[in-house]
Amino acid sequence: MSLLGGGIFKGMAVTLRNFVGSYFYKDRLTTNDYSWRPSDKLPQHAGEYPKEEGEQLRDTTTVTNYSRNFPMLLHDGSEPMDTIRCVACQICERECPPQCIYIEKSTEKKENAGGKPQFYPAKFDIDVSVCMSCQICVEVCPFDAIVMNSQFELSTPDRFGGLLLRRDDLLKSNDYYHNIHPEEAAARDKRIAEEKAAKEAKKKAAAEAARKKAEEKAKADAEASEGTPDIQEDAE
Amino acid sequence: MSSATAIAPNYELIQQDGLETSLLEVSMGPHHPSTHGVFRMDVKLDGETVVDLQPVFGYLHRNHEKLAENMSYLGSMPFTDRLDYFNSMTNNWAYALAAEKLVEIEVPERADYLRVIMAELTRLVNHVSLVGFFINDLGALGTPLLYAFREREKILDLFEQASGARMMCNYFRFGGLRNDVPEGWLDRARDVVDHFPVFLDEYEQLLCENEIILSRTQGVGCLSRDLAISAGITGPMLRASGVNYDIRKVDKYSIYDRFQFRVPYTDGNVGDCYDRFMVRMLEMRESIRILKQALDGIGDGPVLGNAPKVFKPKPAEVYGRVEAPKGELGFYLIADGTPKPYRYRVRPPSLINLTVLRDMCLGQKVADAVIILGSIDIVLGEVDR
Repeated sequence: MSLLGGGIFKGMAVTLRNFVGSYFYKDRLTTNDYSWRPSDKLPQHAGEYPKEEGEQLRDTTTVTNYSRNFPMLLHDGSEPMDTIRCVACQICERECPPQCIYIEKSTEKKENAGGKPQFYPAKFDIDVSVCMSCQICVEVCPFDAIVMNSQFELSTPDRFGGLLLRRDDLLKSNDYYHNIHPEEAAARDKRIAEEKAAKEAKKKAAAEAARKKAEEKAKADAEASEGTPDIQEDAE
Repeated sequence: MSSATAIAPNYELIQQDGLETSLLEVSMGPHHPSTHGVFRMDVKLDGETVVDLQPVFGYLHRNHEKLAENMSYLGSMPFTDRLDYFNSMTNNWAYALAAEKLVEIEVPERADYLRVIMAELTRLVNHVSLVGFFINDLGALGTPLLYAFREREKILDLFEQASGARMMCNYFRFGGLRNDVPEGWLDRARDVVDHFPVFLDEYEQLLCENEIILSRTQGVGCLSRDLAISAGITGPMLRASGVNYDIRKVDKYSIYDRFQFRVPYTDGNVGDCYDRFMVRMLEMRESIRILKQALDGIGDGPVLGNAPKVFKPKPAEVYGRVEAPKGELGFYLIADGTPKPYRYRVRPPSLINLTVLRDMCLGQKVADAVIILGSIDIVLGEVDR
């Protein structure tokens, strides 16, 4: 084996090609910086990396519909606490692998968006310094109340308080969810609507059956009552 | 070598040419930049030659197995990502495979195809960056590693689009996958896969014939076929020592029996660092072959099977294993009828491949000990768990 043979020069040709190429091919200039952007237009969510000025803020080719950072709580209407979906069942608290959720159930029930009296979380804290963004809470939630947020600009000088998100910090509207995860939110809403429709159909069918049963019973009762005079007559 | 084992733990004076000399003990790590992660090697040197080596690890112990025994089956899925944090997809797969054996869930075909695609992309990520780190250990700072990371980034983007996270994917579920890939993902994956061989050509041109790499790696850190087998070495390291053993071929788990691919291995005469390096380079080509077939063969359908809502298996004992990029990754579970596993054990390839480090390093130079460690391909998250 000869030192400084062809192999080294072959490798050097590769590095030279890469070096020169980086000045000519635009896709090789991979560093994006947004020094030219005004501070209020800095990206707040994962996926908002514009490739060039003038391009849409949200780059649809790289934005991830499933991007996840930390959980948030959903509410349906304009008044967060009146339409909160969470009923404080505490399944997510039990299932959370790093145990970063703390829930305190309310003592009395309150009407939710569906007009049904439900419990609500009096306290719902997530310690995002412990959370590992695994999304298990989202998967185990039977009420579609907790979903993942993609907001990542959360740095704070307060190491403990600033990273402990309280219930009111976590509450986000369903519209917000649609904005950050459009496909996922649409699919989720569709599923909820289907489930609701199925439930209502079942309820309707049950009501129908109950009505039929009642009718039959009434008929039978009527027949019975029609028969009774005869019996009474007989008895007389 | 035999004298090396007889040396007492403390400094020992050796008479040499009338001068009194002694062995030098060096503690390499845990923050030595050339060791991988928080790993320490206590080496004893006679001049530049390693006469004894003691690996010290456990700095990254996170109680993974015990945690999993106090948690629902699903709950430890995200923790498996953190074992070998370069290959979270294959870690997920091994665990899902073991759990699926417990309750016998059917995995839909599309999910199986996507699992294969994810696992082979993971293999590309692992091997390409391992080669970069390995050359970095040789002293070629930067260039090959950054070329590797440039390509790795494209695959990590694919992972992010599919699972929402670049490295801690947490994508597999018992009975399939958490969600289907987004629209257009398969086309983007095909694009990445089609362009990968171009990069591999360039990479091989850059490295494989480089005389400095050849002289630094050939004949260094030899691992004999017999020792490799008796130490339980698996993965590319075993194949570099001349054993044709690949769990994808042996077990044919999932749908690997549908794909045409070869398993690169050497004739087993040498088993040095260069062999381990080349086996990985060749394996990437085969991964691309599998990926192309899988991307052609994938059909439509659901991605999550009839997984039970509450995972509560009957008492049973299972072992599920996959061919992770580093070797055989296995999960051993004992279920006792509760929603938590009674015993949860990981068979980490990194730890078991690391056991022959001393045998490979004895008699080598201290600079070579670093590249021998690099060629084993360890991730301390998996070694210490």
